[in-house]
Amino acid sequence: MDHRVVITGMGVVCPLGHDVPTMWDGLMTGKSGVATTTLFDASTFPTQFDAEVKDYDISSFVKNPDLHQHSNRGSLFVLGACVQACKQAGIDIETDTPADNIDRTRLGIYLGAGEGSADNNAFFSSIISGWNAGKQTMDWSKWTQKALETMDTMRELEQEPNMPAGHLALLTGARGITRSCLTACAASTQAIGEAAMIVRHGKADVMIAGGAHSMIHPLGLTGFNRLTALSTRNDSPTTASRPFSATRDGFVLGEGGAVVILETLESAKKRNAPILAELIGFGSSNDAFRVTDMHEEARGAASAMRTALKDANVTTGDIDYISTHGTSTIENDSIETLAIKTVFGDRAKSVPVSSPKSQFGHLIGATGCTELITCIKAIEENTLPMTMNLNDPDPQLDLDYIPNEPRKTEVNIVMSESFGFGGQNNVLIIRRFETE
Amino acid sequence: MSTRRVVVTGTGAVSSLGLTGDEFWDGLLEGRCGVKKIQAFEPTGFPCELAGEVADYKIRNHVPKTHRKATKLMSRDIELSVIAAGDAVKNSGLVTKATDPENATITATRTAISFGAGLISCEIEEIAASVEKAVTDGEFDIRKWGMNGLQSLTPLWLLKYLPNMLPCHIGIIHDIQGPSNTITCGEVASHIAIAEAVEMITRDDADVAFAGGGEAKVNPVVMMRQCLHHRAVTGSNDSPEQACRPFDTNASGSVFGEAAGMLILEELEFAKSRNATIAAEIVGTASSNSLNTDYAHLEPDGKGLQIAIRKALNEANVRPDQIDLIVPAGTGIVADDKAEGAALKAVFDSALESISVWPIKSMVSHTGAAAGAIDLIAAVRAIEHQKIGPAANFTSPAAGCELNIATEAANKEINYALCCGYSFGGQTAAIVIKKYEENA
Repeated sequence: MDHRVVITGMGVVCPLGHDVPTMWDGLMTGKSGVATTTLFDASTFPTQFDAEVKDYDISSFVKNPDLHQHSNRGSLFVLGACVQACKQAGIDIETDTPADNIDRTRLGIYLGAGEGSADNNAFFSSIISGWNAGKQTMDWSKWTQKALETMDTMRELEQEPNMPAGHLALLTGARGITRSCLTACAASTQAIGEAAMIVRHGKADVMIAGGAHSMIHPLGLTGFNRLTALSTRNDSPTTASRPFSATRDGFVLGEGGAVVILETLESAKKRNAPILAELIGFGSSNDAFRVTDMHEEARGAASAMRTALKDANVTTGDIDYISTHGTSTIENDSIETLAIKTVFGDRAKSVPVSSPKSQFGHLIGATGCTELITCIKAIEENTLPMTMNLNDPDPQLDLDYIPNEPRKTEVNIVMSESFGFGGQNNVLIIRRFETE
Repeated sequence: MSTRRVVVTGTGAVSSLGLTGDEFWDGLLEGRCGVKKIQAFEPTGFPCELAGEVADYKIRNHVPKTHRKATKLMSRDIELSVIAAGDAVKNSGLVTKATDPENATITATRTAISFGAGLISCEIEEIAASVEKAVTDGEFDIRKWGMNGLQSLTPLWLLKYLPNMLPCHIGIIHDIQGPSNTITCGEVASHIAIAEAVEMITRDDADVAFAGGGEAKVNPVVMMRQCLHHRAVTGSNDSPEQACRPFDTNASGSVFGEAAGMLILEELEFAKSRNATIAAEIVGTASSNSLNTDYAHLEPDGKGLQIAIRKALNEANVRPDQIDLIVPAGTGIVADDKAEGAALKAVFDSALESISVWPIKSMVSHTGAAAGAIDLIAAVRAIEHQKIGPAANFTSPAAGCELNIATEAANKEINYALCCGYSFGGQTAAIVIKKYEENA
């Protein structure tokens, strides 16, 4: 028997704030999380701004912050998000003998989590020490000597992309199915979708699902700048993320952590957990086209959307809102618009769509979960987030992008989309919870 | 729940024993050891100078003409994985876009891929030539990097190192348009990826799934990490072939290396309809966690591993005494071997006397995200041939590791086999497979 999958808790740490109410307030009031880069000196990089999580203090969330002295930023953020989500869902993380009526072997974890930053001092100093510029070769014995002096055991361990999930296991005592995936910018949407399948098919009662990532470090920014994927609007960071605008020139690199609690309806009822929404559809596909580009006809994106609709047993006419991937790159926003038109046909222009990335940037692996939380809030508040900075619409892009102001309207069923480098397409559908 | 059964119809492996699954299997049966002194870089000064490396190959010869240009965007992790995928397809008898685009026997949108990948470290010599432009008084100068260093890196540099590029390239080559996931759970990444591939088929999102993992660990940064964690063996640099000794009384650490393994999974009726040779059936999968602040090791009682094994047995609906073969993590790391031994004893108790335990890392080294896939391939082939090979370097058990470990190749009746593992980082996993029977 398939189980209905409900969402019973959520938490977020993102550039607009360290909890869901603060993020939502920022989205509603037109705040931007984008500013000049402060985490390192990016003043000579092609892009000198980003969307950072500011003034975050892990000790306000966890009892033993000493465990996290070397944790990567993604781990720190997702720990805070998980504490919030568990509190809301009534998952007891305070004691060793939790009284929350959840069997720990049926409590699992599924994150879309990124790697941590390299330990830059150790990484670069070893290279410099070993490199023979004249011969253009590495003297490995010199590299090794420096590496042994500078590399720190824990800093190296904490770069592993499975560490955020490891930290959440220790935090929550989860002994159920635990997975971590990394499918570029689609990772946490994929994690939530696969976690929902685990719950639906009875392999776990409760899954802690979400994302964690920060690529705001020298090599991360370098990688994206070389791909020319980032906006270089250094004179106006807060207006740089402008999805669907004619003048969009790339995405704004953000960071964060986000968690939703997925649970069988039976378990949620048994525990009297609050039900925030029901997760009814998941679609996942791969472009199988090119390493560097999305499929020109949005083949994979459209397929994932159709699969999600079919899985949810709803039609395009039922969708009240689409939370787009909407990165503000030339390619994504065009192809995504084409995908929506392909799937929604005549109805495409009457479905409101928007991109909160215009305000909090692109949180990479953490972005999908953060955006799903904005969808849950949209249902709760009957209000749609806007696409900020949309002042010069791209004439080729003619959907209802909810420009510059949030919109009050009845919201019951919502689609959330994430697409990633490598042709990764993942789509979720949630709906307002109704007993029948 | 679903009655869609999932069978293995092909296996492919690239390892220090050779570029194909057949060479891997033959090497294992012979007890051949692929561990040698590191060739990829000069390891002088490394506490452990050893690795299991893959012999030379030309990647151009392993991809279709249409994908030759894209080989420039391949890190070694991607290359090994692409070769293993090609080998698995060949072994399965499937026809894909890569082998004959006009006559493919898979439907792209009904084919999935779920693959385990590691934290890929960039090529040091490649980036060093750019770092050179960003040095002031012998120190890294980030302002110079932003101006000069960065610009000299190849534009698509990042795409070589994203973990999802392993299945991405394979997906393009073989035309896989169904779900594609990349599991990054360290040394159980491919165990977990295979579990998810099974789910993709049982829930009817795919009829065929490529499942496995690949990692090229022989990079100085990656190898140094293992040394710093005291996981890599020391004191054996002069005797590479005897260095890694899982469960042995003289074990003192593991040897790390590179590999890729791919299994072709099919829904049973789909496999039957094309008269595929069925090598085994996957009947149970599970994962769990160690709850241990020492993330680098298992809990001393292997509790998280016990839970994963019990759940996998339960899903397979088999008793512990029905298992005939265990391919364990067996790393040669003393504390972890002992904890794994404790976990196996807790779950299997007296049944362990008749269960063969066959650790293969002494021969192929610890290959990280590829380990689960190649372990499972060893188990699948053991079931196919009703045969196991020797556990090289095992002479007498370490305390707590009194297991039934074969020291010579032997015929063995195998109906059920278990693979299990744990990651540096906390996750544990187990998979149960079964000899295929029509009416199970």
